Amino acid sequence: MIRFEPRGPVGVSRMIAVPVVAAVVALILAAVPMMFAGLSIFEAYGLMVTGAFGSLFAFTEMLTRATPLILTGLAAAVAFRAKLWNIGAEGQLYAGALAAVAIGTGVVSGPSYILIPAVVLAGALAGGLVMLGPTLLKTRLGVDEVVTTLLLNFVILLFVQMMLEGPMQDPMGMGWPQSEPVLDEAALPKLMARMRIHWGLILALVAALGVYFLLKRTVWGFEIRAVGENAAAARHAGIPVTATFIRVGLLSGALAGLAGVGEVAGLKGYLTADLSPGFGYSGIVVAMLAGLSPIGVVFAALFIASIFVGADSMSRATGVSNYLADLIVAMALLSVLVSGLFLRFKIRFVGANTTREAAE
Amino acid sequence: MSEILEILLSANFWAASLRIATPLIFGVIGALVCERAGVLNLGIEGIFTAGAMAGWMAVWLGAGLWGGVLVAALAGAFFGLIHAILTVPLGLSQHVSGIGVTLFATSLSYFIYRTALPDVSSPPRIEEFEPLNIPGLSDLPFVGPALFQQTPLTFLALFLVVATAYVLYRTPLGLAIQAVGDNPSAVESQGLSVYGLRIGVVVVGSAIMALGGAFLTMSAFDAFFFGMVNGRGWICIALTVFASWRPGKALLGALLFGAFDAFQVRLQTEVGAFIPGQVFLMMPYLLSIAALIVVARKADYPRALLVPYFRGQR
Repeated sequence: MIRFEPRGPVGVSRMIAVPVVAAVVALILAAVPMMFAGLSIFEAYGLMVTGAFGSLFAFTEMLTRATPLILTGLAAAVAFRAKLWNIGAEGQLYAGALAAVAIGTGVVSGPSYILIPAVVLAGALAGGLVMLGPTLLKTRLGVDEVVTTLLLNFVILLFVQMMLEGPMQDPMGMGWPQSEPVLDEAALPKLMARMRIHWGLILALVAALGVYFLLKRTVWGFEIRAVGENAAAARHAGIPVTATFIRVGLLSGALAGLAGVGEVAGLKGYLTADLSPGFGYSGIVVAMLAGLSPIGVVFAALFIASIFVGADSMSRATGVSNYLADLIVAMALLSVLVSGLFLRFKIRFVGANTTREAAE
Repeated sequence: MSEILEILLSANFWAASLRIATPLIFGVIGALVCERAGVLNLGIEGIFTAGAMAGWMAVWLGAGLWGGVLVAALAGAFFGLIHAILTVPLGLSQHVSGIGVTLFATSLSYFIYRTALPDVSSPPRIEEFEPLNIPGLSDLPFVGPALFQQTPLTFLALFLVVATAYVLYRTPLGLAIQAVGDNPSAVESQGLSVYGLRIGVVVVGSAIMALGGAFLTMSAFDAFFFGMVNGRGWICIALTVFASWRPGKALLGALLFGAFDAFQVRLQTEVGAFIPGQVFLMMPYLLSIAALIVVARKADYPRALLVPYFRGQR
């Protein structure tokens, strides 16, 4: 028999050890599919490291990839803190990107200091509103938000495709389903010349700090944590549970919407239906690796981004499929779940006889 | 109006409804038994993908169609076992573990497919299941082509509905499964193993889910595509709530869903010029959300769903 004995408060070192162990385990497990694909293990890991850190260009590419992951990671972390299971960051990201394109491609014109905030706010608002629906369905009617947010991902992606083949298609786009380009005044500026890294990264870091202070230092943050720990008890203690869920839903959706703004207004410059390679779902992994801590999200996003960028580069060099990156990320999620147990519990393996004696 | 009537009166429409419903029947039955035992299995979307890929690949490598079905079921059982170990004895979050299993099963399936077939641009095809010809029934006017010219997997799905209902309601095992999802400590006090029951049910339920995926590559299409599952697993989770966790209602829900989908595809050819295709493609997802809203107030969840059981601690 396995027995779990709860530990007391845990120190920071153990909180950091859990995701690090999980990441190492995932990377070791990845050796199995690598061997299956006929790779030489050390060479492949080496290619991944140089692919993510080997040059200034590689490093900025990794940071560029981490930018949406920080935001979707925060979206999942803040929602999961309240046990609001928002699995819809992928759809909210697209909603944010669509809103950014709707505002930023010439409908309104003006200087950067007006257009950039307008695009950012529009994207955040669109993401938040998309999450408001499932949140209200949960609080008003008791509809499970996991399934509604998951299903909405498909609806929104189809809606984006419809807009890109219809009213929002670029007339100069040779018939491709893509939006008009974002105006220069509405685009997030680049951080470095000749690199793709952009101000979305700063936005994401500010958002992480903002969420940190919200959770740690404000009444709303306290309420979010209380609702997440025990909604019934929180309600009994007079905490406005419904209002808290709605605030969390709006904030979580808005953060995911910002990820879409960054990708379209900072990186790509126009919207296509393949904008996100699953940033919304990877955000869940980021949040779990971070132990739902907003500062941890930044580091977890850097790790996941280096896996993706490193595996892309390794894939180009060896011809092995870069689905390997998705595989490592998925294994990291499963490993961090298990290693998290060691954070919260002492695990004792007890013989069947001793359990029976203990019961008597 | 006459177009609508014409659709409803064609045998072809009813055959298509049953065909579209088949993977959903497997999925809902699998999800339903897991939830009856107290375990939400969000691994379903990935298990569908794994079943589709593993079944297809086994046939492509020469295992034969029923060999492929077996391989798909084993793949489903494997991922079900991972979910079961994480959520039952370890008591981890069923939501997060399920999403993790979906990500793992999906990426592993894609990786294996891509590694085995690095350079193909058009996916290789297999000899898929042929519709069964049942002497007497298949030749009936209208009813024959509407209901009795399906592939064997459709009949297997229908059989599983009956078998699941029988086991759940008429056998001691079924009563134990229901009890373990409602009141696990009562099961323990009867001298039965909560862990054993839950793990067993999740493994078998996941194997059933995987057959839904196998149907896609071995009966509906004859090849494997990336993204081919396309949310069917999530739709099954919604249909499970809609069906109030009852096999009979699950069959009804899946059939209604299949009929609606077959209907809108046919309607699309009539009015497709005026309405963008994506509107029709959105319908299954919106319909699932609507189904959840309709039953939300009276949904009677298994009482111990999502609640981990620790022996001697509650």
